[in-house]
Amino acid sequence: MRGLLAVARKLRERGVMGINERNADFNLVFNERSRYPLVDDKLLTKELATKAGAAVPRLYGVIEIQHQVQSLAAMLADYPDFVIKPARGSQGDGIAVVVGRSRNSYRLADGALMDQAELEFHVSNILSGIFSLGGQTDRAMIEYRVIFDPVFERITYRGVPDIRIIVFLGVPVMAMVRLPTRAAKGKANLHQGAIGSGVDIATGRTLTAVWRDQIVSEHPDTGNPVQGVQIPQWDRLLELAAQSFELTGLGYLGIDIVLDRDLGPLILELNARPGLNIQIANRAGLRARLDAVLAHRARLNSIPERVAFARERFALAS
Amino acid sequence: MRRRHLYVLSALLAGLGLAVFLYKVLVLGFPLQPEKKTQTWRVEVRMQFEAKGGPAKLRLNLPRSGNNLAIIDQNFISPGYGLTMGAGRTNQTAVFAIREAHGPQTVYYRALVHALRFPDESAREPAPDLPPPAMEGAEKVAAEALVRAARELSADPETLAALLLKRLKNSAADDEAALLLGPQPSIVKMINVAADLLRIAGITARPVHGLTLEPERRGAHFITWLELHNGTEWVSIFPSEKRPVLPPNTLRWWNGRLPLAQVSGGTGLSHSVAVSRSYEYALDAALKQGRKLEQKLVEYSLFGLPLQTQSVYRSLVVIPVGILLLVILRNVVGVKTFGTFMPVLIALAFRQTELLWGIVFFVMVVAVGLSVRFYMEQLKLLLVPRLAAVVIVVVLTLAALSILSHKLGFERGLSIGLFPIIILAMTIERMSIVWEERGPVESLQQALGSLVVGAMCFLLMSLAVVEHLAFVFPELLLVLLAMILLLGRYSGYRLTELRRFRELAR
Repeated sequence: MRGLLAVARKLRERGVMGINERNADFNLVFNERSRYPLVDDKLLTKELATKAGAAVPRLYGVIEIQHQVQSLAAMLADYPDFVIKPARGSQGDGIAVVVGRSRNSYRLADGALMDQAELEFHVSNILSGIFSLGGQTDRAMIEYRVIFDPVFERITYRGVPDIRIIVFLGVPVMAMVRLPTRAAKGKANLHQGAIGSGVDIATGRTLTAVWRDQIVSEHPDTGNPVQGVQIPQWDRLLELAAQSFELTGLGYLGIDIVLDRDLGPLILELNARPGLNIQIANRAGLRARLDAVLAHRARLNSIPERVAFARERFALAS
Repeated sequence: MRRRHLYVLSALLAGLGLAVFLYKVLVLGFPLQPEKKTQTWRVEVRMQFEAKGGPAKLRLNLPRSGNNLAIIDQNFISPGYGLTMGAGRTNQTAVFAIREAHGPQTVYYRALVHALRFPDESAREPAPDLPPPAMEGAEKVAAEALVRAARELSADPETLAALLLKRLKNSAADDEAALLLGPQPSIVKMINVAADLLRIAGITARPVHGLTLEPERRGAHFITWLELHNGTEWVSIFPSEKRPVLPPNTLRWWNGRLPLAQVSGGTGLSHSVAVSRSYEYALDAALKQGRKLEQKLVEYSLFGLPLQTQSVYRSLVVIPVGILLLVILRNVVGVKTFGTFMPVLIALAFRQTELLWGIVFFVMVVAVGLSVRFYMEQLKLLLVPRLAAVVIVVVLTLAALSILSHKLGFERGLSIGLFPIIILAMTIERMSIVWEERGPVESLQQALGSLVVGAMCFLLMSLAVVEHLAFVFPELLLVLLAMILLLGRYSGYRLTELRRFRELAR
């Protein structure tokens, strides 16, 4: 019991934030309920981002009702590779990444094959809402498959690595790179076993990494060190992150960005309840950084101001 | 500001709840503990029938004191009906009559039964003259043969009766006993035949119906046994080979072959019986002080409700206690469960099955359902039909388990009828999705979490003290509400997070 109290005190000292604290002091305070649909529905997010001029993966098509599933084959005919995802999915559930075709089958990112019927069944499942929050009926979106930037090639097992940035009142406060592993079946989701590597906000270089709540320094599948990788176009990423506040009106959110080889940074999705493992990846508590933003809230108005503030305050040295 | 608002609201709620609670305990003298040994029961019979539209008359047999139980009070709730009490040849009866009745009718009878310290003298009542049964032809021959055979092996009326009962119970397909019993005999039929046989042997005997009083019983059933006069007093013979004596606290209700109640001018008569431990004395003490306010307080408490409804509330008022535990386990400890309130529903289901059986059934049904669900994955069904299919499989599995456990002699297996079937089906569906998306470990973890939390909620909710306090002092729920409101702003770490973030505490 005393040991637990000591741990709790230590965590409090370092400003580590728990899930109750996130919900009570940030989600409930800074995120208006009415704005959640903007980020819970990826189609809406895409629309918003496109309107604001931010780059997103191109939308190939949307399937809204069961009847349209029949036209799936026709819709996909022009595209050798694509991604099918539920518009309201959570935690990366229900995403199928098709990397190519062999004969009549679709080849998935994890190497498995799916025939037309199986793919249609997957879309039906998406429509019936088994992957969506609360199980409401859903829409399936088909979009451009990101060809990721080679910068992470050596520390990724299949799948697409992405960069998660926590943004508070428009200030990027903490970031990490999520690297798919074999255990995660090529998905960039920490809950499913992907690696998260902290990122120095000032420079965009990767720090230590967390895998299943533990700190690691190498990718478990490739064996290459994950530390010290420079993320290209870091300035642009920080700007995209800062911009997401005006985009959604959500005070506390997580933005997921992928780096496409040809198209550069693309916004993949936004998250109004971003996970807290990012703290382990960065070996730093969120609370201290969030409080710093709150303290200087008045002078953090324009995007450049906010980015500059983040780079200055949340540099590795601090 | 928000915080102060919350604290003030919680303090008001808790204060109000505690004030009423303390007033009831200190001033009115309500008992804090459930009575260890139940001395008083309330029995309620609810009769319903469909009136034909003219005059209607309902004749109800009434219980009588005896077998160490005394009826100390009884009342009838029958709006619009005239009531006459009468004594039949051997039974006390009440007749409810009305000139004009339409549609569904409900009549209540309530009795307050108290355990006596000394046996009463009702067993010494004289035996009435009962005519021997009118039997003819083959029946008469069979009956006389049975009596003759049994008489040779017995010494006195009691052993003769026991022997006859045993003979009837073990009747083969086409012997004399089977002829008298007819196809598929019930226990009541068997006792009727035994009484006939005893009368042929010249012994005064009759079937008797009664109710075993238990602390808490909704949907209680009448039991039937045999009573015979051995020359000096009445002796009861209970049709059970293991224990041929009456269960303790059995209230003798009526005798003879007629049903509990008969109606004329109406159809579809049905009755249901509820028994509950009574707090009448404590309430009496409160009432005796005779002040208006206090009387109202008792009248407008849960005790003012009909007994059947009271029983429902007994289950309902403990749910908040389970919910509080659930909130603590989820938000302070950080246990992962399926669905928000599913563990409490599981706990409610356990109330019907008891813990061990509940867990066994839960695990077996989920295991079977899950394997069927995985098999159906190949069929590529859409969600709603797939869920429906799982529901059917769950119902079939439950039925199979019930039959199996009944055949093996575990009566507990019969009580799972109300196990929340839909909840189980949803659990199976959620579990299979989590299984596929996050792997079996996560899935089993959540299932185990739900089960453990459910079991803990059940253990808490079934504590006699918890049920007593929640039912007698429902105002304590306001205190629970205040606690839950405060927990709603708990922003500290969850216990599991201390483990999750332990690397950061180095």
